[in-house]
Amino acid sequence: MTPVPVTLDERFRAAAAGSGLLDVAFDVFEDTPVGPLLVGVTDHGVCRITFDPDPELELERLARLYGPRVLRSFRPAERLHRELDEYFAGRRRAFDLELDLRVAPEYHRRVLAELTRVEYGHTTTYGALAARTGNPRAARAVGTVMNRNPVPIVLPCHRVVGANGSLTGYGGGLDRKELLLRLEGAIL
Amino acid sequence: MAVAMPPFETFYDTHKDEVLAFLQRRAGRERADDLFQDTFLRALRAYDRLEHGEHLRAWVLTIAGRLVIDGARRERPHGELVADPATEDGRPAYEELAPLTDGLPPKERAAVVLRYGYDLGYDEIGAALGSTEQAARQAASAGVRRLRKEQR
Repeated sequence: MTPVPVTLDERFRAAAAGSGLLDVAFDVFEDTPVGPLLVGVTDHGVCRITFDPDPELELERLARLYGPRVLRSFRPAERLHRELDEYFAGRRRAFDLELDLRVAPEYHRRVLAELTRVEYGHTTTYGALAARTGNPRAARAVGTVMNRNPVPIVLPCHRVVGANGSLTGYGGGLDRKELLLRLEGAIL
Repeated sequence: MAVAMPPFETFYDTHKDEVLAFLQRRAGRERADDLFQDTFLRALRAYDRLEHGEHLRAWVLTIAGRLVIDGARRERPHGELVADPATEDGRPAYEELAPLTDGLPPKERAAVVLRYGYDLGYDEIGAALGSTEQAARQAASAGVRRLRKEQR
């Protein structure tokens, strides 16, 4: 059987994205300094950035969270792609994107909102972030929120470190956290 | 247990080549490209209302087949007979059935084509049409009776 020509395939994907019928449009950015990223975008905004994606697992997760109409289409993620490129090239210090955090629990949303105030090139600690969201003793809970951050890099959980200055942990692995902090000049 | 709905990407990727080949045989290469997009947009529109992920192949081929028939009907004056419904050997059975069943009510036509053209079981046809095995069996036999009557 002849495979569907690329032009026809792309035309359908663009029409599907334009139809407003998709629950999630996803794309994979193959070449970034932190490896391949799978990104998901809904009508509300960017809902997902995954390091080192296993596409099959990831699509099933997106379908479970947002609905089964999950399709690869580059157009909805174009702006995110451009902003990430600029960020990795050192030409962008803040992202200007709508985010879709609807499926995150309320507490997570509150902590993630506070996280957006940690600026480029700076770090804070789990405890400090916990204090700013109402409970100084909730450092561990804040750690969990960081670990489950649905849109890492854009929501800068890499800027949250341990009280003693150690990097502590990162959902995408400590190497990536170190790379991002170095890129921003937060560590030497 | 019902099969969970796969993400649309998986469904599309699994069936796209076959749907295009089917449309090219039935409608010609020129029209196939447009019908391809229409087929999957229609599938996308209905996708979140499906209750399970079984028989998705039959389902999408039914959508494609209906679009071919609807398009052909628009292009041909109503009721005009197809010039030569007799077929050369080796043509798939559904190609022979399509023009013959054109006058049937949609559900009966779909049931007859899926049963005798695609050789699907009544359970699969029921699922493809969003009804039951029993209803599919009745629709197919009603369609066949109507065709016999029309042949006379």
